[in-house]
Amino acid sequence: MHPFNYYDPKTVDEAVEILKKFGDKAKCLAGGTDVLVQTRGERYELDAIVDVKKIPELTSVEWTQDHLVIGAATPCYVLYEDQKVSEAFPGIIDSASLIGGIQIQSRASLGGNLCNASPSADGICSLIVHDAECVIAGPNGVREIPVEDMCVGPGKNALGEGEFLVSIKIPLKNSTFSASYERFIPRNEMDIAVAAVASSVSLENGKISSCRIALAAVGPTPIFAEEASQMLIGKEPTEENIKNASNKAKEIASPISDMRGTVEHRKDLIEVLTRRTLSKAVERVGV
Amino acid sequence: MSDNNVRKVAINTTINGQEMDILVDPYVSLLETLREVVGMTGTKEGCNDGNCGACTINIDGRIVDSCLVLGVEAEGKNIETVEGMATPEGLHPLQQAFLEEAALQCGICTPGFLVSAKALLDNEPKPSEDRIRHWLAGNLCRCTGYDKIVKAVKKASD
Repeated sequence: MHPFNYYDPKTVDEAVEILKKFGDKAKCLAGGTDVLVQTRGERYELDAIVDVKKIPELTSVEWTQDHLVIGAATPCYVLYEDQKVSEAFPGIIDSASLIGGIQIQSRASLGGNLCNASPSADGICSLIVHDAECVIAGPNGVREIPVEDMCVGPGKNALGEGEFLVSIKIPLKNSTFSASYERFIPRNEMDIAVAAVASSVSLENGKISSCRIALAAVGPTPIFAEEASQMLIGKEPTEENIKNASNKAKEIASPISDMRGTVEHRKDLIEVLTRRTLSKAVERVGV
Repeated sequence: MSDNNVRKVAINTTINGQEMDILVDPYVSLLETLREVVGMTGTKEGCNDGNCGACTINIDGRIVDSCLVLGVEAEGKNIETVEGMATPEGLHPLQQAFLEEAALQCGICTPGFLVSAKALLDNEPKPSEDRIRHWLAGNLCRCTGYDKIVKAVKKASD
């Protein structure tokens, strides 16, 4: 492994300075559960690793008037051990509580999961269906982009030179909203999704007023299945309507065959998981 | 050799209750730091990529894979390893139960299982079998088939 120095900036500006100075010879370290493995595997040749966990904004969980703001390096366990977050956003908790095992959840973060931009990431689809936004700091200040624009290819994110993810903003919803995430793996725990789906719905007067469906491990990036989501707007959450949207999600999925599953298997899984997560989200809203 | 000028970093950390100052290369894992710098070889290297849990240690009350932590990150932390479990009076109840239930064969995964299980029992003295299995999912054993390990943890909790 190429030897690198360790930097632990205490402010966002300080981190931007270091990242700008080293360019593609630097990477941020949050939980390290991806970046250290990749660096050791010589995917990068780094001169600097920038530990962002000592920047207060990166590990805080804050409620503002309109958002839940999750610091990009906040470990998963902090979210699922937080009762208020767990009650408000069970769909986010579905993801946070199944990324890796307990050891990984002590370190891994949703922000890191997002920046790592794996097509099969367990955290990204849930963020997409919650309309989450990325708060990105860089040499030109702070900008925000929708989560679905963050992944641009397998392992590639939308961050420019000197930029890094500071936090994830999740808009607060009222009690008519809920979400769910489910993946298929051949084991019970600790595995990479063969296919996975997150769904969210809002119900008003018995009809679906908002819906978002996102698919993982069936394309080069997690996919926001917009057309499938749109089909349910204004409809009642009947078995037939949910089935139709799930079939649309299956059409949108464009997986490859590999050691984890075939194209046919993955497409079938998307239909089943879309049905299940939509039903679960509706059930979580209650009446 | 690299043209990158890498400097060793001095850190202060507490391992099994003992405060120490050590000098680490900034790119070296905490696992390697424990084994090669501190000389505590109880923590094992299995996969070295966060899948097997053989290198599990406890940092500030949370279990982590020490292969996925940098040695420099130990600064100011409170670390517990398998070496901290037994006392001069005897084995930790989990270690005793592992012996009695024959919950190990080759032994490479054992320190990781012990440290993981201790963290569970420290917080939840009476976990269900399901809870034990879920908690230990990040620890792999290729010898025992897990049943004996789960039984040992259950026994230690009784």
